[in-house]
Amino acid sequence: MSKLTMREAISQALWEEMERDPQVFIMGEEVGLWGGTYAVTKGFYDHFGAERVRDTPIAEAAIIGGAIGAALSGARPVAELMTINFAFAAMDHIVNQAAKLHYMFNGQMMLPLVIRAVGGGGRQLGATHSQTPDAIFAHFPGLKVVAPGTPADAKGLLKSAIRSNDPVLFLEHATLYQLRGEVPEGEHLVPIGRSAIQRPGRDVTLVTYSKMLEVSQRAAAELAKEGVEVEIVDLRTLRPLDMGPVLDSFRKTNRAVIVEEGWRSYGVGAEIAARIYEEAFDYVDAPIRRVAQKEVPLPYNRILEQLALPQEKDIIQAVREVL
Amino acid sequence: MADIVIMPKLGFDMAEGTLVRWVRRVGENVTKGEVLAEIETDKATVEVESGFSGVVRQQLVEAGTSVPIGSPIAVIGTADEVIDLAKIAAPGAGAAPAIRAAAPAAGAASQSPAAIAAEPSPSERSAASPLARRLAAEAGLDLAKVHGTGAGGRITRKDVQAARGAPVARPAEGSSPSASLPPLAFTPGPAGEDVQVPRTRLRQAIGRRMTEAKQQLPHFYVTHEYRVEALMAVRAQANAYLGEAEKLSVNDFLVKAVALCLRQFPNLNASLAGDAVVQHAEVNVGVAVAVEGGLLTIVTREADRKPLRLLARETREAVARAREGKVRPADVEGPTFTVSNLGMFDVEHFIAIINPPEAAILAVGSVQEVPVAEAGVVRSGLRMKATLSADHRVTDGVEAARFLQSLARYIENPAGLLL
Repeated sequence: MSKLTMREAISQALWEEMERDPQVFIMGEEVGLWGGTYAVTKGFYDHFGAERVRDTPIAEAAIIGGAIGAALSGARPVAELMTINFAFAAMDHIVNQAAKLHYMFNGQMMLPLVIRAVGGGGRQLGATHSQTPDAIFAHFPGLKVVAPGTPADAKGLLKSAIRSNDPVLFLEHATLYQLRGEVPEGEHLVPIGRSAIQRPGRDVTLVTYSKMLEVSQRAAAELAKEGVEVEIVDLRTLRPLDMGPVLDSFRKTNRAVIVEEGWRSYGVGAEIAARIYEEAFDYVDAPIRRVAQKEVPLPYNRILEQLALPQEKDIIQAVREVL
Repeated sequence: MADIVIMPKLGFDMAEGTLVRWVRRVGENVTKGEVLAEIETDKATVEVESGFSGVVRQQLVEAGTSVPIGSPIAVIGTADEVIDLAKIAAPGAGAAPAIRAAAPAAGAASQSPAAIAAEPSPSERSAASPLARRLAAEAGLDLAKVHGTGAGGRITRKDVQAARGAPVARPAEGSSPSASLPPLAFTPGPAGEDVQVPRTRLRQAIGRRMTEAKQQLPHFYVTHEYRVEALMAVRAQANAYLGEAEKLSVNDFLVKAVALCLRQFPNLNASLAGDAVVQHAEVNVGVAVAVEGGLLTIVTREADRKPLRLLARETREAVARAREGKVRPADVEGPTFTVSNLGMFDVEHFIAIINPPEAAILAVGSVQEVPVAEAGVVRSGLRMKATLSADHRVTDGVEAARFLQSLARYIENPAGLLL
């Protein structure tokens, strides 16, 4: 184990997988000579060469379309989108091609494709560059959607994603790259589609993932001072969704708060809450609460931006409301 | 228009909070988010933030008052606007008349919180969580008979468990042990779930005070055994003159004896105040009385000067009020020394925790017939043990022992107590 940042953990996973399998290669805007907008692929170009670390034009449809073609031909591309917001320019390729080819052609081809994309707000990048549209992508069957909240999970999930024969959207949060945590060295695989308890507790089940895991941990520590023990379930994968730990926890606490960075309407919280009501109705002791982004395009102004994003105090208040 | 700050709900069991201190006074400016007051909940003292910016125009409850959650506690407005409480509180139909009635006195900032509290109407209380419904069905409980304490009066798991935990039937006391032996069988299987019974506020208050006393006061204990043949005989003679309602208890004699004895030991009829010991002018003897949900200390004022019959009558009346939940402030205020008597429960002896700010407490056990040795002969005698718990910051073992020795003179020569 060593203490790594999220950036280092992701970088390490990519490096190890490229060393392990010559079919793995990287493509994206500024990933080569420049080393990546978030410096994840720094040093890769010099080590692995221009064939396996490919700089592309600023054309997201071309990046994803090209990566799909490479995957269909037997390679294992890791395509980087500078931000998830640019994925909208490649939407047809992601949801109509990548998510469906295996199904529409009777399983004749596999699609071992990873799309790494950076999302999330909080860096004053304006409404069009700060979105957390995770739920949109998790809506489509045929796509796996992964969103780690710790460096260890980032490494383990990215390695699993690269080894997966299905298309995986790997969501990284722009404000988590500096987050430090223990990361196992070498062969560390976290299976896709497994939620995990990140903090045990008995009073309230708090379901979250990605950046909001960090915020929720702070809220839980604060609530613990009042004697309220929050159990945090980290989804880690949005599709396929693993409700097991969520339902086990809920049957114990009978109360839940779901925390997501994206908007509340039609969001991750709506899905989780509906599943709890469907599968654990007789264990519900209080209405489930959702904490989410305010329903506005995210403001640029720093104060307004923070007001719109879910904060620690919002989570604390929601927990108190269900108790 | 002015805004009303209400007593917030800050914890899951919180039904009311005690306003401990006003941080902002009437006339002071307050900004939204600033601390307005401190309230004490069941768990801790918590700061209440103002939800509004402006001038504190009125404080609707006095410090030290306990207020139900949701009740108005303060009015925030501009410096010069006319405050019409009835208008501000208009949305709550039930609350408005109560507030209007209270409005003329508002400037005095002293109306009772009960007048302002909006009682939820019974019809709003039908909601029950799915979990509560299932548990109630499993336990065969009628939800209509369960009191909901969740948000908006919702019946939750806790309420069903509390209702289920209530005793259903009790075997008659003193019934013959052989009368109804249960069948000799044990069926393995779940015994049901643990039941959580919420502590009463009285029990919580006792817990707080006793924890404080046991942690902070350096207690020491001295035990003495009293010969009570004479006391029992005198009591029997005296009671022969008295009607059933006026009978004197052993405890009445003890209170009188303790009161007279305390006159000789002013240092034990005392409280600690900083570097000084306050020796009280009055001897007010408290008697610990078991009541629903805890215990109270009933006070007999100037017990040293009152005739025994009067002392007994006052104590009896105050105890009756306490057991009916109608205790008067004067019944419980200002004891200077407490007697805790478990004699009626076949207790050999026990030790009690001092009830601050008092300096000592006497724990009294049962009168027991025991073999006693006197002048080489063993015979039967009546004995009663009492243990004094005293605060070492005020007194020490020698004084405590002398007090108990002196008390023997009164207890063992009981005719003096009747004079």
